[in-house]
Amino acid sequence: MHPIAEKYLRRSALPQFFCQGCGDGTIITALMRAVDDLGIIDDVAFASGIGCCAWIPVFVNADVLHTMHGRAIPIATALKLTNPKRKVMVFAGDGDCVGIGGNHLIHAARRNVDITVVMVNNAIYGMTGGQTAPTTPHHAVTKTTPIGNAEFPFDACELAKAAGASYVARWTTAHPRQITTAFKEAINHKGFAFVEILSQCPTQSGRLIYGSSDPVEAFNQVKNMAVGKAKAEKMSPEELAGKVVIGRLHQEEGRAELTDEVYALMSASREGLSAETKLASN
Amino acid sequence: MITITVDKKFCKGCNLCIANCPKDVLAVSTERGSAGFLVPAATKPEACNRCQLCEVICPDFAIVVEGDREK
Repeated sequence: MHPIAEKYLRRSALPQFFCQGCGDGTIITALMRAVDDLGIIDDVAFASGIGCCAWIPVFVNADVLHTMHGRAIPIATALKLTNPKRKVMVFAGDGDCVGIGGNHLIHAARRNVDITVVMVNNAIYGMTGGQTAPTTPHHAVTKTTPIGNAEFPFDACELAKAAGASYVARWTTAHPRQITTAFKEAINHKGFAFVEILSQCPTQSGRLIYGSSDPVEAFNQVKNMAVGKAKAEKMSPEELAGKVVIGRLHQEEGRAELTDEVYALMSASREGLSAETKLASN
Repeated sequence: MITITVDKKFCKGCNLCIANCPKDVLAVSTERGSAGFLVPAATKPEACNRCQLCEVICPDFAIVVEGDREK
């Protein structure tokens, strides 16, 4: 077994039950490297909803809350507010994060609460059998759209940025070292951090959208879709069609953060109350 | 001397390590792991430049690269 797995993972849950060649495993490796480098295993708490990638934190021997579909972000907000020293991370799939839990995402971004949301995007509802998700590409064939998807996909990074997230990054599973760096930056960032990771799902999106259930083929399709941020700026919109821009897309320091605001208001209110009681006793 | 160990208990034979190795160190072997798939093996360990890409890309914590390059 790998030394990092031996140190941080739950032995009883191994080997992971993900499909052959699933990108979620690469994300666990990248996450454990980030946690190992920062040395925060005792401070970190994970929340996740429903879906394949919601099982990512379950393998980690840390505080984990596996919650209802799409509701991981409110629970993570509560975990952060009850103990501001906690480093809270949410693992959500694309259906979990922008489908069922879409409203929670935009409101957590608006509040700028100091949590890290990791959205693993495989462009399909993988666990339930390959239905159309809000991130499924236009004209893609899935189990619920056998003649092609008439809808247009969400750009989750633009959504998070517009809603007020102060750190936004996007990578693919073909960039494991960059994912580790993005996790470290997102954990250290004061404010709402959103990291989208494009991942291969050979079983569902590989088979239905990309035309091959071979893990290497699905992996290469995801890898070839990605264009670096600097390169994308020089490309025309026609050239960028069907491509996905990767990199650290947005970072904003110094914005007011929810936990600080709540605790400042609470202490101000307590001081105000004690002054009033003093006045009354006099 | 660099040693590349593949854990047969964890490997699911997705071959992502083989596809991503820049020096073609790994190749599919004839041995089967616990999951029933053919596991990769280091056929040319002397060509390894210790980039550890196989180790970080492996979804199942099944590969460990140890040791240093011979100078």
